[in-house]
Amino acid sequence: MLLIDCPHCGPRDEVEFHYGGEARVAYPADPHAVDDRAWAEFLFFRANPAGEFTERWQHSAGCRKWFHALRDTRSYEVLATAALGRPLPGERGADAAGTSTDAAGTTTDGAGA
Amino acid sequence: MTGRRLDASRSPGHGIDRSRPLILTLGEDTVRGFAGDTVASAAIAGGSIVCGPSLYRARPRGILTAGIEEPNALLHLEPTAPGTPAESMLPATTLEATDGMRARWLQGMGVLDPLGDEEVYEHHHVHTDVLVIGAGPAGLAAAREAARSGARTMLLDEQSMLGGSLLSGRHERIEDRPALDWVAEVAAEFDAAEETRVLRRTTAIGAYDANFVVAVERCERDAEPRPGVPRQRIWHLRAREVVLATGAHERPLVFADNDRPGIMLAGAVRSYLNRWAVAPGERVVVATTNDAPYALVEDLVEAGIEVAAVVDARPAPSERAAAVLAASGVQARHGAAVVGTDADGEGVLSGVVVADLDADGAPSAETTGIAADLLAISGGHSPVLHLHTQRQGPVAWSDRAGGFVPTGAVAHQQVVGAAAGLPSLADALETGARAGQAAAAATGWETALQLPTAPAEPTGAVRPLWLLPDPRLPEGEPLDPERWRNHLVDLQRDQSVADILRATGAGMRSVEHIKRYTSISTASDQGKTSAVAAVGAIATLLAQQEGSTADLSAVGVPRHRPPYSPVAFAALAGRRRRELFDPVRVTNIHPWHVDQGAVFEDVGQWKRPRFYPQALPGGGVEDMDAAVARECLAVRGGVGMQDVSTLGKIEIRGADAPEFLNRVYTNGFAKLAVGKGRYGLMCTADGMLFDDGVTLRIAPDRYLMTTTTGGAAKVLDWLEEWLQTEWPELDVVLTSVTEHWNTIAVAGPRSREVIAQVAPELDVSQEGFGFMEFRATTLANGIPARICRISFSGELSFEVNVENFHGQAAWELIRTAGEAAGITPYGTETMHVLRAEKGLVIIGQDTDGTVTPQDAGMEWAVSTFKDFIGKRSFSRPDTSRSDRKQFVGLQPLDGRTRVEEGTHVIAPDTPMTPEAGPVPHLGHITSSYHSATLGHPIALGLVSGGFDRIGEQVRAVLEDGSLLEMEIVPSVFYDPDGSRRDG
Repeated sequence: MLLIDCPHCGPRDEVEFHYGGEARVAYPADPHAVDDRAWAEFLFFRANPAGEFTERWQHSAGCRKWFHALRDTRSYEVLATAALGRPLPGERGADAAGTSTDAAGTTTDGAGA
Repeated sequence: MTGRRLDASRSPGHGIDRSRPLILTLGEDTVRGFAGDTVASAAIAGGSIVCGPSLYRARPRGILTAGIEEPNALLHLEPTAPGTPAESMLPATTLEATDGMRARWLQGMGVLDPLGDEEVYEHHHVHTDVLVIGAGPAGLAAAREAARSGARTMLLDEQSMLGGSLLSGRHERIEDRPALDWVAEVAAEFDAAEETRVLRRTTAIGAYDANFVVAVERCERDAEPRPGVPRQRIWHLRAREVVLATGAHERPLVFADNDRPGIMLAGAVRSYLNRWAVAPGERVVVATTNDAPYALVEDLVEAGIEVAAVVDARPAPSERAAAVLAASGVQARHGAAVVGTDADGEGVLSGVVVADLDADGAPSAETTGIAADLLAISGGHSPVLHLHTQRQGPVAWSDRAGGFVPTGAVAHQQVVGAAAGLPSLADALETGARAGQAAAAATGWETALQLPTAPAEPTGAVRPLWLLPDPRLPEGEPLDPERWRNHLVDLQRDQSVADILRATGAGMRSVEHIKRYTSISTASDQGKTSAVAAVGAIATLLAQQEGSTADLSAVGVPRHRPPYSPVAFAALAGRRRRELFDPVRVTNIHPWHVDQGAVFEDVGQWKRPRFYPQALPGGGVEDMDAAVARECLAVRGGVGMQDVSTLGKIEIRGADAPEFLNRVYTNGFAKLAVGKGRYGLMCTADGMLFDDGVTLRIAPDRYLMTTTTGGAAKVLDWLEEWLQTEWPELDVVLTSVTEHWNTIAVAGPRSREVIAQVAPELDVSQEGFGFMEFRATTLANGIPARICRISFSGELSFEVNVENFHGQAAWELIRTAGEAAGITPYGTETMHVLRAEKGLVIIGQDTDGTVTPQDAGMEWAVSTFKDFIGKRSFSRPDTSRSDRKQFVGLQPLDGRTRVEEGTHVIAPDTPMTPEAGPVPHLGHITSSYHSATLGHPIALGLVSGGFDRIGEQVRAVLEDGSLLEMEIVPSVFYDPDGSRRDG
């Protein structure tokens, strides 16, 4: 079981958390301005790297805050966590201010099923 | 076979208390032992090494080991106290004997106690700085260093006593004193330190990410019963640093008839001799590939037990072997191996057959027989690395260690002593102490290293033997499986080299394939004695086929998976069984439902009344169909009442609440007037229906949203996710208030007169109180209430909301007020029928995450003016397809057959023959009921292009394979004009 360092509550067992998939997938500012392909990629396409991966997690059985985590998908090691809007230490290619928020719409087959 | 107990002059018997005798029953026999005995040691002391025969081949078997790795000696244990369960498949080699215990041998298979298990099991969750697993010399050294530093340290061991391998020894010394004195000193020092804890009889069964270790503590084996202590505890341990001092398991040797009673691992013989003061034989042959059994030779000689011969595979005596043989005068054969055994009439060992080995390890044709009643074997030692490999720690074969050893570290975990392939006591102490100090330092607790010392011993090389053909067989094909049937590899599974040959003959190369093909290493011992023997045999066979040298690392070891040793499901369940398995949620009105004999259904964690069966005049009670028909007719013809408190309720407050709801609902809520409610639909971003419900506007900046009963938590999650991750600038606060309100639906043409009595201050007229409006009022009994006009049945209907404290009082008030009108409580089944008659969708029953509002016929609730989550997806090519499944009604042409929900429908002309191939389906039934109001069954379903098929016929494929003609009709069966809504 992973030990995840909630930026607000500190390290807690994985069972207290809800996984939110790839981070930094921004909801288009105007969904109607993007073409079908771009919209479908927003809805359904997610990276699946072997290695460091920036993810969204929610401390659902704790403070209920969403936050970012940098995790190595090969070792499962959580390398860093950061509150939304804060820089995520070690994240490659992130904007320096770390201000990007990301999309909630991560379901690939219709949430609520 | 003449096992017996030795007196104190011949054996230290570290593990037994001779002042505390006990008697147990083993099958038909009465066995005498001492406190500290295992059932195995007591049985051997009583003269019998024979246990149950083998599982499949019924070959006679005996006790092979003295620990958890035992493949043969499995017991069924009768309940030890009234109310405790009988247990099966317990290794006699680990089961501590108790006075009065009743057990019997099993033939490799047991049964769970059919009476169940009512004992208490608990889970503990703890954090520690340093966790040391294994309390042998390495583990004790590690634990001592860590504890001295001040770090919070835990030490686990599966045995009842600390000391590990030292318990099996005789003259070992540490820090210039007898090793067990040192053990006692370390234990005392550890206990006295702050922040330390020792868990005995505790086995670490699994290692998981981030140093999460699960262990099981067998409290029921404690000598003294402790009131209030559970039978077993599961420990969930989170350690910053882990030290694995888990030791090594000795391996048997694979030769012809290597599974007879009287053949025992050399280390086990030494344990019985020294720890339990038991001599498992009178005339012993020791067969080895390594130096370890020479300590046994010394101890046997000292105990006055005859060692007939040592058969050592290595061509020349090692330094240690030479010293022991010279001192003891025991005869030895070097460069030789046991290649077969003889047995008496009972199948018990009576002699061994020895042959010389050539340089390639092939036995000579000439053999020698040696009479013996005990053969002590050592095929080498396999480090116990389950907790290392479960964490993907790498291992490889080491010729020097003669086993698979760690070749890399798992983060924040160290492997020490014999588990690291270091068999000597000095090495165990040094690696353990260094690891304990380093682990503590890594958690911020520094201490000066104090290395415990032990005399250095030379450790000779290992010459593994994997395949020893029986030279006594007539000439033939060397790899004919028939020649290898009695070369047992996995004793518990009764699998031999012949089975491996069949697997490699079938083309298998991977140890994982061969393991599954043969079942080697898949029994309850998880291959502790067989896995590496199988790997050695596989590597040798493959090398012979390919003309190369055996490479065990290339074959690899089968992956270890938790649990390390069997664990009871009851322990894993802990307290989470029966009513504590999952929370049960009930409304405040629940006791009334119970009193009325309601039949409940589970909706999420909620218990909801499904229907209220009434007594029949002629005796008996209504079945569900009768009850639901009565309840439905009461609502349509008079008035009914239902507890709908379970609907999810979320209060939404803030200046931006109107804008927020506009974004998440498909229809508009910003312009909803205060005092009114609106039915809303929510979609996911892909445009699929997610949830629905009525939302009331309480104030300009305050709404009360209702969700489906099962959807409350996921809707709150959903709203929070968007607010936090996409729209943090919105001023919106969400509060779950599901539990704060009790809600009672009062439905039917006579509901208005009931509400008029219940809420005397309220104008209930159509003009004064319109549909989808709500009013704050005070009920006749003084309870403040919010009453809404909402209908899920198509009838005139009200919903009365009160603070949950008043739920039952409000219910009683309404029921009394409705008596004159014959008010009828109804359940969820009636609610479903009533809504189905009106063609109202239940999200999650009629939809499945692939249904858009348009598919469900609810385009009327989709705004064309504003954007909302999912709207963009409605113009995707996939959501615009004309053949999408659409929500329609279906009616059986015969007017009486009610189809099962989930039934598939097909086009009428579809051939259903094997020649025609797969049958294309048009859709399926999502809801199906008998409508008492209409007098015939009705169904709702999703049918490809359904809106354009209204009036067409389809066929439903029934469970028995027969076909039912159905007509596609509009989804609204009853009152399509909605004329009944306002009464």
